[in-house]
Amino acid sequence: MSVNQQAHAGPPYGQPQPGYQGYQQPAYGAQSLPGVPRAQYGAYNGPMPEYQQPGPPQGYFPSLGFPSKGSPVSLNSDSSSLAPNFIGSLRAPPTSGAPPPASGASHPSGHLAYSQFEHGDVQNGIPASAAPMQRPPASQPFLPGSGSTPVSQPSAFQQYGPPPASVQQLSNHMAGMTIGTATASAPPPAGLGYGPPTSVPPVSGSFSSPGSGLYTPYSATQGPPPTSVPQGLPVAQPPFPGQTVSTQRLPTQVPGFAPPPPSTGVGPSSYPPTTGAPRPPAMPGPPLPGQTLAGPPSSQPNHVTSPPPPAALAGLHPGPPMSGLHGPPPPTHPPQPGYQMQQNGSFGQVRGPQPNYGGAYPGTPNYGSPPGPPPPPKRLDPDSIPSPIQVIEDDRSNRGSEPFVTGVRGQVPPLVTTNFLVKDQGNASPRYIRCTSYNIPCTSDMAKQSQVPLAAVIKPLATLPPEETLPYLVDHGESGPVRCNRCKAYMCPFMQFIEGGRRFQCCFCSCVTEVPPHYFQHLDHTGKRVDFYDRPELSLGSYEFLATVEYCKNNKFPSPPAFIFMIDVSYNAVKSGLVRLICEELKSLLDYLPREGNMEESAIRVGFVTYNKVLHFYNVKSSLAQPQMMVVSDVADMFVPLLDGFLVNVNESRTVITSLLDQIPEMFADTRETETVFAPVIQAGLEALKAAECAGKLFIFHTSLPIAEAPGKLKNRDDRKLINTDKEKTLFQPQTSFYNNLAKDCVAQGCCVDLFLFPNQYLDVATLGVVPYQTGGSIYKYAYFQLETDQDRFLNDLRRDVQKEVGFDAVMRVRTSTGIRATDFFGAFYMSNTTDVEMAGLDCDKTITVEFKHDDKLSEDSGALLQCALLYTSCAGQRRLRIHNLSLNCCTQLADLYRNCETDTLINYLAKYAYRGVLSSPVKTVRDALINQCAQILACYRKNCASPSSAGQLILPECMKLLPVYLNCVLKSDVLQPGPEVTTDDRAYIRQLVTSMDVAETNVFFYPRLLPLTKADVDSDSLPAAIRNSEERLSKGDIYLLENGLNIFVWVGVSVQQGLIQNLFGVSSFGQISNTLSALPVLENPFSKKVRSIVDMLQGQRSRYMKLIIVKQEDKLEMLFKHFLVEDKSLSGGASYVDFLCHMHKEIRQLLS
Amino acid sequence: MATYLEFIQQNEERDGVRFSWNVWPSSRLEATRMVVPLACLLTPLKERLDLPPVQYEPVLCSRPTCKAVLNPLCQVDYRAKLWACNFCFQRNQFPPAYAGISEVNQPAELMPQFSTIEYIVQRGPQTPLIFLYVVDTCLEEEDLQALKESLQMSLSLLPASALVGLITFGRMVQVHELSCEGISKSYVFRGTKDLTAKQIQDMLGLSRPAVSMQQGRPLQTPEQPPISSRFLQPVHKIDMNLTDLLGELQRDPWPVTQGRRPLRSTGGALSIAVGLLEGTFPNTGARIMLFTGGPPTQGPGMVVGDELKTPIRSWHDIEKDNARFMKKATKHYETLANRTAANGHCIDIYACALDQTGLLEMKCCANLTGGHMVMGDSFNTSLFKQTFQRVFNKGYNGEFRMAFGANLDVKTSRELKIAGAIGPCISLNAKGPCVSENELGIGGTSQWKICSLDPSTTLAIYFEVVNQHNAPIPQGSRGAVQFVTQYQHSSTEKRIRVTTIARNWADAQTQLQHIEAAFDQEAAAVLMARLGVYRAESEEGPDVLRWLDRQLIRLCQKFGQYNKDDPNSFRLSESFSLYPQFMFHLRRSPFLQVFNNSPDESSYYRHHFARQDLTQSLIMIQPILYAYSFHGPPEPVLLDSSSILPDRILLMDTFFQIVIYLGETIAQWQKAGYQDMPEYENFKHLLQAPLDDGQEILQTRFPMPRYIHTEHGGSQARFLLSKVNPSQTHNNLYAWGQESGAPILTDDVSLQVFMDHLKKLAVSSAS
Repeated sequence: MSVNQQAHAGPPYGQPQPGYQGYQQPAYGAQSLPGVPRAQYGAYNGPMPEYQQPGPPQGYFPSLGFPSKGSPVSLNSDSSSLAPNFIGSLRAPPTSGAPPPASGASHPSGHLAYSQFEHGDVQNGIPASAAPMQRPPASQPFLPGSGSTPVSQPSAFQQYGPPPASVQQLSNHMAGMTIGTATASAPPPAGLGYGPPTSVPPVSGSFSSPGSGLYTPYSATQGPPPTSVPQGLPVAQPPFPGQTVSTQRLPTQVPGFAPPPPSTGVGPSSYPPTTGAPRPPAMPGPPLPGQTLAGPPSSQPNHVTSPPPPAALAGLHPGPPMSGLHGPPPPTHPPQPGYQMQQNGSFGQVRGPQPNYGGAYPGTPNYGSPPGPPPPPKRLDPDSIPSPIQVIEDDRSNRGSEPFVTGVRGQVPPLVTTNFLVKDQGNASPRYIRCTSYNIPCTSDMAKQSQVPLAAVIKPLATLPPEETLPYLVDHGESGPVRCNRCKAYMCPFMQFIEGGRRFQCCFCSCVTEVPPHYFQHLDHTGKRVDFYDRPELSLGSYEFLATVEYCKNNKFPSPPAFIFMIDVSYNAVKSGLVRLICEELKSLLDYLPREGNMEESAIRVGFVTYNKVLHFYNVKSSLAQPQMMVVSDVADMFVPLLDGFLVNVNESRTVITSLLDQIPEMFADTRETETVFAPVIQAGLEALKAAECAGKLFIFHTSLPIAEAPGKLKNRDDRKLINTDKEKTLFQPQTSFYNNLAKDCVAQGCCVDLFLFPNQYLDVATLGVVPYQTGGSIYKYAYFQLETDQDRFLNDLRRDVQKEVGFDAVMRVRTSTGIRATDFFGAFYMSNTTDVEMAGLDCDKTITVEFKHDDKLSEDSGALLQCALLYTSCAGQRRLRIHNLSLNCCTQLADLYRNCETDTLINYLAKYAYRGVLSSPVKTVRDALINQCAQILACYRKNCASPSSAGQLILPECMKLLPVYLNCVLKSDVLQPGPEVTTDDRAYIRQLVTSMDVAETNVFFYPRLLPLTKADVDSDSLPAAIRNSEERLSKGDIYLLENGLNIFVWVGVSVQQGLIQNLFGVSSFGQISNTLSALPVLENPFSKKVRSIVDMLQGQRSRYMKLIIVKQEDKLEMLFKHFLVEDKSLSGGASYVDFLCHMHKEIRQLLS
Repeated sequence: MATYLEFIQQNEERDGVRFSWNVWPSSRLEATRMVVPLACLLTPLKERLDLPPVQYEPVLCSRPTCKAVLNPLCQVDYRAKLWACNFCFQRNQFPPAYAGISEVNQPAELMPQFSTIEYIVQRGPQTPLIFLYVVDTCLEEEDLQALKESLQMSLSLLPASALVGLITFGRMVQVHELSCEGISKSYVFRGTKDLTAKQIQDMLGLSRPAVSMQQGRPLQTPEQPPISSRFLQPVHKIDMNLTDLLGELQRDPWPVTQGRRPLRSTGGALSIAVGLLEGTFPNTGARIMLFTGGPPTQGPGMVVGDELKTPIRSWHDIEKDNARFMKKATKHYETLANRTAANGHCIDIYACALDQTGLLEMKCCANLTGGHMVMGDSFNTSLFKQTFQRVFNKGYNGEFRMAFGANLDVKTSRELKIAGAIGPCISLNAKGPCVSENELGIGGTSQWKICSLDPSTTLAIYFEVVNQHNAPIPQGSRGAVQFVTQYQHSSTEKRIRVTTIARNWADAQTQLQHIEAAFDQEAAAVLMARLGVYRAESEEGPDVLRWLDRQLIRLCQKFGQYNKDDPNSFRLSESFSLYPQFMFHLRRSPFLQVFNNSPDESSYYRHHFARQDLTQSLIMIQPILYAYSFHGPPEPVLLDSSSILPDRILLMDTFFQIVIYLGETIAQWQKAGYQDMPEYENFKHLLQAPLDDGQEILQTRFPMPRYIHTEHGGSQARFLLSKVNPSQTHNNLYAWGQESGAPILTDDVSLQVFMDHLKKLAVSSAS
């Protein structure tokens, strides 16, 4: 909490440093040697401030961890050490090698472990020697501290090192992650952590020995995690635990640091305790030695790094340790809870792991079997690599409780997975805009060097939680909004009023503009306008202007928009009951058309069209006794056959509409027409809107490939043989350019198209989707639609789609400070020039990702500003401008950049970039480019920001430690690496879907949420703690839920208690569970209620209703489910997380050498 | 003479035929010197109360190129059961059914009184009549309402089994489906698009029936009755539905901006109507009834742009070649008309608007298919309402006075050849030995198709005498012509009417007086007028007048009695005496004079002129004028300005107008209200008499004439003044004495002047 505040203030920076120093001093004090640490700190400090507020803390944590080490008491260290131990014991069994690992794991194992995985934390330890070399300064301090094994220390240092830098070694992360997961539950902060410590003690001991007292403490905290980790991660990679521990340490350290930075509310609390222990210095020191990542094969290099013998395949070295490591993890799931608590310090987790490498393992091993030789062969322990779950949990606990106040420039907001409130104090809420980095390099050279894309993900009409206020509507009168004369930027909080308020200087282009007389206001003694707080455009980051007639098409105020429902009535649609369903639903749905705030009824008019090979328009004028149907067969030259009576007010024409909706299913009940047209349907809607001179939205319900003779006729060109060839891209491209032109016309008229597809076979989504996509519409796809199973999903989607807030005929422009420029745009829209994003319709779920490039230098002083202006027509036909402003920091140090990144946003950008790439390049090229870019980003960090360390160590920036796992998910996604069961349409569908996703959606889409339902507390509202997406984390005796924004899977283990099955499914045995259920039966028992409420809650969070699929373990459907366990190897050849991490490490090493 | 008159009359009544010459010049050379061609007016379906149709097939000559029908003129060998064709002299066996014939047991077709005989034949499926309404919705509310009522009323007049369909148009064209409950359904077409028949049928979902129907002879092979289409339903089934549908018809909803005409897709609508019937019911009797309230302004067949500032083409524009849409539109409608005719359907045009509606361009639709053309000011007038009602009038025997898909085959004896026909028909391009190379009217064929006809439909058929001068025809032999008309009766029966006539040959050099005496000047006037009008369609007006003048002069030279260069000696025999006067009025008629008439009016007048029978045609050429006064019973008076007297009421019938004109004094009396005074009841009766007579004419005429009641000095009096012979004008008023008549302000020559010139020219040795 406090941290946050500090963060805001400039001071944080200062503080952090002190904090660190202080810590360092205390703990390692002398050892740490001011010089070295400082250097590191220095670097950190810079970032620190920022970190503190947002994520930084974590980064720091590692360092904290160290401090903790410093103070033996610190839980973290304990935990780490403990973890190994426990793990060892616990896991041992599972892993087989486990036990040995435990002991050996620590140090020796490290080395040995390498053999298998490079990671061998031990190795780190060993390498430490080498490491020390590299990091001399940092490591040294630690060494002393760690005492136990110099080597280990170094490792520890290394780890720390990274943490401080915000970078963490992968291993650390890994560890941390795992721990994190474990801890996640524990979150409760440090306090708990402490608790654990006690239990941890032993571990701590181990740590202490290795890392020094400090570690122990951490371990303690971590300890819990580790234990937990083990459980969670059964994988048995003790080594990781160790690492985790280290990470934890970091966290602990962080706390120390953290406190100052207030990073996250959570942080502080946890920190405090640790602070004492944690030594900032530790941070610097430990460059993540142990971190060597799992990817044994590829990772080897990593291993190599850690071990002195470096080059030698890590596997060998690590071998021993690894094994040991592995051993441990498996066993200990149970303990987790407790641990988790401790881990809370999200920081801890993350860093914890890292530290572990160095310290923890070494330490533990030491304890367990000082000899350390425990050379268990080894693989990288999944638990020791950065865990998304842990990061999420940490952020949630650290930042979820305090509102996010936007007053300060360049703050990194909480993660999208965290629930938090936003207070707008001059910058747009992260719900509207999120950036890949909140600190932009001042020069393009820096930007190029880092390869970190500068992008903003903008959701201009995002829905806000009820507690937050909608943007205020500002009316500047007849002359329209006040704007800069030169760049036309709109009045915003960053405009500088000068000359007593008579003029203002543009914050974007510096041009000075006269203040219009009616807008004049005096300035107070600080230079602020007196009416500063009265005017939203001067005090808030987001607000709306009422547009004047100059902002309207043809200089005419728009009419209220219209919705046109266009229903396929071909044989398939009628036979499946779809037509009847839609008609029935529309009868009631029409009462819920979106309306402007206080209006009694919606201003939106509606129209109806049905079609097969020809189109049927309906005249539903209120004065008619019965509806009139008008058939237009001239599909080659579409037109609208009627004017009056096609678009009507629902209330006025209700009886006619009802009668129509009653009759449509009857009229076509006996149809034998199987062919459909498609383009003419859109043309018809377009023409209707043109004739009515309004914007609007078409809801098209379509079932089949349009093969009837008409413009836009398509042929079946699905060819799976093209996959993995240079021609694969054609599968994503439209068959004909006809639809592109049509889309252009639609955009010009403000005709947005939402497409509901119900295919029974290939219908070329890539082509049909062109118009919805370019007009800002949505596509919904229900393959093999069956009334019983899919109607709820469809109806919910339809309701949401019809009711949601939407703007029409929108144009968005993003203005930026001189120095950078918006150069590229991703999303569902059309662009007729290079700057304006045009959308026929824009709803509250649509997101546009904008990439910026330098065209000049930025200055650290003035920072960089973004102003996103969206001109649109509201659902009542009012023309408005919505303005979002965001101020970012600028930096001259790369470290600052890395410390203020947001991986989720980065992934959002990268995924969209890659998904667009498949249109023009072979998929393999796209994948390689993606990997390469990320490797460069990480290599740049390693080279410029991380403290020196063995080349064998994988060091990740704190803010990007999840980059590898998420990137792997993107690479494995259906678009970039399709499995055999993925259809061409699915790929095209997903490709387009992702392009409009916001950060939260891409996050869960690429890394699905996996919840152990059986762990849910039926008495509370909370969700059970998520676990990592890996099969080995699933227990036969439990039921899990997995959601990715499109589907919900309920996975049932084979040996789940009958009682649970009875409670949840209402059947008596596992074998009786039907996997055709599309919803969970409504049963009156707490478990059923809880599960259903969880499902409902998840459904409520997503913009689409997810398909519920029941998966029984060992059932054939399980294949499908396993596809979503993204940390595992996928059937289609996607790498497991561990393997991929190793591969990344190799790539990075190559770049560095 | 009287005998010839009687003969002519008798022939007309029996056979519906009137020849220009009733004794034929026997050589080609002489025939050409007769000036007026050998021709006849044929009324194929002339009502014959006394003619019961026979219920069997006609017997045909077996020569494939002849196929004449057995008739009273044939020589029959009763013993050998043989008959000789009187046209080709082929000897034919009687069919087995005629085994029992003998001199005393003759079949009807051999009896002289059955020179016209009608057969009912059982061939092919009987398809109900089809009425397809094509309704313009770009009307004023009042007009539309009136039209809707007329249409609804008409449903009760249709034969119950008839199929009826509805197409409405404005900016779009809507084809209404009639069989749906709960929702009214229609197919909509863009009015701007010219669609092929195939496209239309595809779009209406009619493709399959079209395929199953062999075009051209679906009725000759026994097959399933045509699938009743969704768009054409029996009246009795959808009576209520259609009434409601008509009731709900709205004005075209598309906005019409100030200064523009509504967009009216008449051409497109007609094209769709034609396509629809073509696909579903080829070669059955069907009427497409087009109701339009303005000119087509878009799409195929547009006649004028939608900007009001550009007025619709006038004769002036046409002469200046300034009617930019005319040619294209005409071509469009001609194509349609030909297609329609090929399918045996007909198109009626009911155009009611104050301005022109494009009848000039559309005229061929009615002309070529035998459809009606009605022109009025508004649908809300009795002129339209009653005319429309009269379309469904029934004849004396309770049958509709309409027949469909007639095929007229003309056969001649070898001295004659067929030069052509003028009337509501199209050529069937039947070449044959009796087809002349010289065309008069629609020539080059011996067969014509008349898609729709009624008992008064009259064709002019022109012949050419081809007998060479040096090949004299044996004395006493007769030339013969046989008209075979196959048609679909309104009861949907197939019928064949056969008329065989014969006339004597005469050598013009030796027996000119016989030929002269047998001249039918009325028929000749009409036949010449038809030729003139026919020419006027394609030639410049003055050329046609000049041609007519020359013909008249030549006729006078040939048959007048005069001394050379002495106009005063000029005399014409009684059988020619009226002919110059007919020509005088014809020259002034709206059929040849376009001055003061819009192109539409000219087309309208010409349309009717080309199909009415002789009596009506004569009225059109020379209107009839009756006078009512206290001086005696009503009497026909000269169509002359001198007949316009203050104390007379005049009743003029021009066919298209009935004008009642009150003389100056009468008008004053009427204003003074004498007719309301009991003591002047006779005045009241006098006023009433012409009204009653007018009504009588109104009741029987189709189309209903414009009824004009006016008085001396009234603005409508122009209708009378423009028709009468301007014997008194402002130029000669005083020369003619002020006592009688009313002066006409015109520079037109009067009949007297005309006759003087004619005489002068006829007797002139120079010409």
